[in-house]
Amino acid sequence: MKLLTCPINGTRPISEFICGGELELELDPQACSDEEWAAQVFNRPHNTPCVKREWWCHVPSVTWFIVERDTGSDRIFKTYLYSDLVEGRV
Amino acid sequence: MRLPPIVGEWIDRTTPLAFEFAGKPYQGYAGDCITSALLANDQWILGRSFKYHRPRSVLSLANHDINTLVQWGDRPNVRADVTPLQAGMQLQPVNVWGSVSADLLGVLDWLSPFLPVGFYYKTFHGKLFPFWERVIRTITGLGRVDFTTPHIRTPKAYDFCDVLVIGGGIAGLQSALTCAEGGVDVLLVEENPHLGGSGLYDLAGDQANAELARDLVQRVKRHGNIRVLTDTVAIAYYADHWVPLLQKERIIKLRAKSVIVATGAYEQPAVFRNNDLPKVMLSSAAQRLIYRYAVSPAQQAVVLAGNQFAYRSALDLHHNGTVVEAIVDLRPTVPEDEATNRVRSLGIPIFTGHAIYEAIADLQTLCVKEVVLCPWREGAVDPRRAKRIRCDGVLMGVGYAPANNLLYQAGVSMRYVPQIEQYVPHVLPAGVFACGRVNGVYDPEEKRKDGDRAGEEALMYLGIKANATHIPISLPAVSPSHPYPITPHPKGKNFVDCDEDLQLKDYFNAVQEGFSSVELLKRYSTNGMGPSQGKHSNMNAIRILAHIHQRSIPEIGTTTARPLVQPVPLSHLAGRGFQPERHTALHRQHQQLSAQFTLMGDWLRPAYYAQEGKGQEQCIQEEVLAVRQGVGLIDVSSLGKIEILGSSAGQFLERVYTGKFANMKIGTVRYAVLLDKAGTVIDDGVVARLAEEHFYCTTTSSGAGNVYRELVRLNTMWRMDCTLVNATGARSAINIAGKQAVAVLRALTDMDLSPEAFPYLAVRQGLIAGVPAIAMRVGFVGEWGYEIHIPADYAEAVWQGLMEAGKALGIRAFGVEAQRVLRLEKGHIIVGQDTDGLTHPYQVGLQWAVKMDKPFFVGQRSLQIIQKQPQTQQLVGFTLSPDYTGTAPQECHLVIQDGEIAGRVTSIAYSPTLQQYIGLAFVSPHLAEIGQKLAIRLSDGVLVTATVSPTPFYDRENQAQQLCTPQPDLPKLSLTCQPTSPIPVPEQEINGMRITDISLEPKIGWKGQDSIPYLLNRGLTVPTQPNTWQALPTGGLLARLGLGEFLVCDAVLVETLQGMAVSEGRVYPVLRQDAGLQLKGDRLWEVLCQVCSLNWRSINFNARPLFLTTMAGVNVLVIPTPEAVKIWCDRSYGSYLYQTLVSVCHDLA
Repeated sequence: MKLLTCPINGTRPISEFICGGELELELDPQACSDEEWAAQVFNRPHNTPCVKREWWCHVPSVTWFIVERDTGSDRIFKTYLYSDLVEGRV
Repeated sequence: MRLPPIVGEWIDRTTPLAFEFAGKPYQGYAGDCITSALLANDQWILGRSFKYHRPRSVLSLANHDINTLVQWGDRPNVRADVTPLQAGMQLQPVNVWGSVSADLLGVLDWLSPFLPVGFYYKTFHGKLFPFWERVIRTITGLGRVDFTTPHIRTPKAYDFCDVLVIGGGIAGLQSALTCAEGGVDVLLVEENPHLGGSGLYDLAGDQANAELARDLVQRVKRHGNIRVLTDTVAIAYYADHWVPLLQKERIIKLRAKSVIVATGAYEQPAVFRNNDLPKVMLSSAAQRLIYRYAVSPAQQAVVLAGNQFAYRSALDLHHNGTVVEAIVDLRPTVPEDEATNRVRSLGIPIFTGHAIYEAIADLQTLCVKEVVLCPWREGAVDPRRAKRIRCDGVLMGVGYAPANNLLYQAGVSMRYVPQIEQYVPHVLPAGVFACGRVNGVYDPEEKRKDGDRAGEEALMYLGIKANATHIPISLPAVSPSHPYPITPHPKGKNFVDCDEDLQLKDYFNAVQEGFSSVELLKRYSTNGMGPSQGKHSNMNAIRILAHIHQRSIPEIGTTTARPLVQPVPLSHLAGRGFQPERHTALHRQHQQLSAQFTLMGDWLRPAYYAQEGKGQEQCIQEEVLAVRQGVGLIDVSSLGKIEILGSSAGQFLERVYTGKFANMKIGTVRYAVLLDKAGTVIDDGVVARLAEEHFYCTTTSSGAGNVYRELVRLNTMWRMDCTLVNATGARSAINIAGKQAVAVLRALTDMDLSPEAFPYLAVRQGLIAGVPAIAMRVGFVGEWGYEIHIPADYAEAVWQGLMEAGKALGIRAFGVEAQRVLRLEKGHIIVGQDTDGLTHPYQVGLQWAVKMDKPFFVGQRSLQIIQKQPQTQQLVGFTLSPDYTGTAPQECHLVIQDGEIAGRVTSIAYSPTLQQYIGLAFVSPHLAEIGQKLAIRLSDGVLVTATVSPTPFYDRENQAQQLCTPQPDLPKLSLTCQPTSPIPVPEQEINGMRITDISLEPKIGWKGQDSIPYLLNRGLTVPTQPNTWQALPTGGLLARLGLGEFLVCDAVLVETLQGMAVSEGRVYPVLRQDAGLQLKGDRLWEVLCQVCSLNWRSINFNARPLFLTTMAGVNVLVIPTPEAVKIWCDRSYGSYLYQTLVSVCHDLA
């Protein structure tokens, strides 16, 4: 079973986590066209294997954080809190 | 025949063991395996082959002898070659009609020319296949399954180490020592009962050759950093060094930081006519027989050689009383080395460039009695120059296949080294190392050096050493494997795969029929698909295929080695199943009322309450009528409950839900719908505003966990001034509904229940039965009603109070089934039942709850697009005629129009109130008009007519929930409520483990950004690190859960703090009603490692850590100290967790 490191709770088996999907750069809902919005919601235009930022949650503590993962090789590079990302600590 | 005592033998001659095989008594010794004990008694025929029922005996004595499986009582397919003998065993051979020596189905062997490869596929197809399948399954197949076998509970355990060494041969032993010397924690696993591997049996007749392995074994056993598990097989490799270890009684789930694979190599048989005869065996099998069990493999043996190890085994035979009649060497010349010279000096004849063309069976003993040799060159024989040699045993020493299954699973890429005719690891993933024979290294001293190298590299990987010492390793100068030990024979019976009785010609036929790639060949011929999974056949199959195609081995490729490496009993795979079950705090009350429970998600909820002499339907209908006519109450504790606090709480809710909440008056309740990004309805509930910055929301039972988690994610992302608290388990909820609900509640509270003071859709806080409660006037079931939310520890007290107060009015508890009918009568939807993964709010009549004029909410942008599109379906109410008496439609039955699907039923029930069937259905919009006739197709195709009807079906003007009827006056009840624990037994001791209920120890929690200054201001020392705790001077503890949540467990402090108002900023008290258990005892860690995947052995207690993790499938908070462990979990899981721990403690015995 794979391991994942929660920035707060440490390294645990993957069964303690769930994936919350890709951290998407939100479209401005009012500025985008219907087609752009639909593509964002349904087609996930960037859904090709590469290193992505994803939301993951450590379920027992409900801690959400960001995982940088290669969705092709399933290799995990980095995990950090969302606040670290927006506050430029990553 | 048993030999005189041999140094290092595994048997204990002072402990004889009596047992039975096929009804005959035998005697062996402790330390024998079943096979060795039978062979010691000269019982050589051990079983019959799978297809042709040929007599078979020992081949490998290394766990792969699938023709010597035995039935041991109710245990099928016991591997006789490795299963330890026990006194009183009653064993039966498998796949035998009659006896092993005279199997009636041996006739199949004579018919074999008519049973070519693919025979069954080609012959038994079409209509008669089921008949033939039964016949074939009766004659073939292995052990017998006893369906009356009792359920066995096999424990599982988690374990951890720095370095896992797989294989206790010379290379594995040395690598373990090297790592242990580096100071890391080493776990060495060995599938045999004793360490040493080939180092203790491949001796070339000289015990001095065992010194190297003996010395390593002693050093390993003495080393404090090495734990040794014998009789343990590593059965798979999964991501991040997760290796299940199979033992006799259990599977250990091991997590290593690094893995050294020293699994050695499987010796391979040669292919020649009758190579499957009893007493034809691998050379290493003979060596194992001699040195482990002191059993003589033969009186006069012939050794078929393809490498120098065959010469060593000849010497082992010679020095242990067997006359070696000849060595038949496939190679044109014999390399000169010590073994060759010693064989020569003993005068043993060597036939170079010869092969065994055929082995001949003795008709009496069925064992080999003679071999025919022929000159041989690269697979071609010259039978004209055949010679015969009499013998009673044949050893095959022609080569090896690396035991690299685990390496393949770890993602190692292999390369074929022609010099040694073997695949060796080429590129290894980080942290995985290989040494010894699996790495192509065969010389004992070279294996030791290779183990040392692998150990050094593992230490470097773990950061213990900066640089690994360079240790040069040399591959064998003479190949340990022959490139093509295959001899054709016109009459066949030269077996390549003894599991499936596949002969050489089957491979040629398969290729001729076009199944020419290795993967196709495998599937068509079933090569490698028997119980030994090709460990003795895959390499030869690849060599044969390469020979047929005139290609190199790497060009042919290999088949995929998947987990598991060895067969594993299903009982072990199942282990102790963890199926968490949630009980509401009222579970015991329901049991007392004869509730019939139904599992909804993890929750066990009353479907209805059984009444003596009444059926289920009647009970449900009575419960419905009780609510409509009098008063009823239902436990709705499984509803999700989320508190949202902070200055942005209202705005947060507006961004999350479709409605408006920021403008809600304090003390009011609003319905709330949650959408996902695509505008799909995913949950609903109500939002109550308790204070300016305090909202209390409910969610559906099934959505509780997901909704809370998603809200936390959105709050993390939006970074608003908002704190979320999940109160689902901490609060119980009871819905009391019916015309007389007011009267019942009034008897228990001083709250003003008048319609003016407490109108519909209002929320009030006050004491009910002396318990602080949040009460909401809501109308899910369509009657005057209150949803009462109370601390779960007091739920039983409040429930009993309500039942007591309502007794005079005939109050009745109702279950989920009655509630479904009641809400359907009101036309209320259940998200997930009346909606699906595509349903948007406009399709289910929820447009009134969607406020598109807000700046933003989740799903809003998608709804803007949906609004422009024509609607595809509409949820409508329908009724069947009151006089309809036929079979009622069911949920998911289709609505049909003009032969086409035009909708489906989502809910249907018989309404006892309206005396007719009512339901909800999705239909095409043109069928949604009131009065429209719908045709619903039953399972048997009959069409039933329904009529689209307005909802609610019952009380269309919604009077019942808003108009107060005159209420009887009930006497006030004054109750003193005591909290109750979810744990049934306060304290008990099982096998030295003491389990104590600590659920009711006073505790209180805080959340919010200003919690730390708040606690500091109270003079408390706050833990500086997340997930640590502090002891309090008053005896309890203060724990920091994650970054910003705190928990105090301390009788004195909790009482002080509870009395104090919180006034400093963003500090929010959290109601804690967790179930708590304390575990104490000598075998504490043994218990915990069966239920929790934390590495208890590595805990640094000085740091006072706590863990938010899962235990037996339940989210828990664990605080370990060296003496005891405290565990808290959601109260509703308390009973389940307690029962699980009790059963683990019981099984310690």
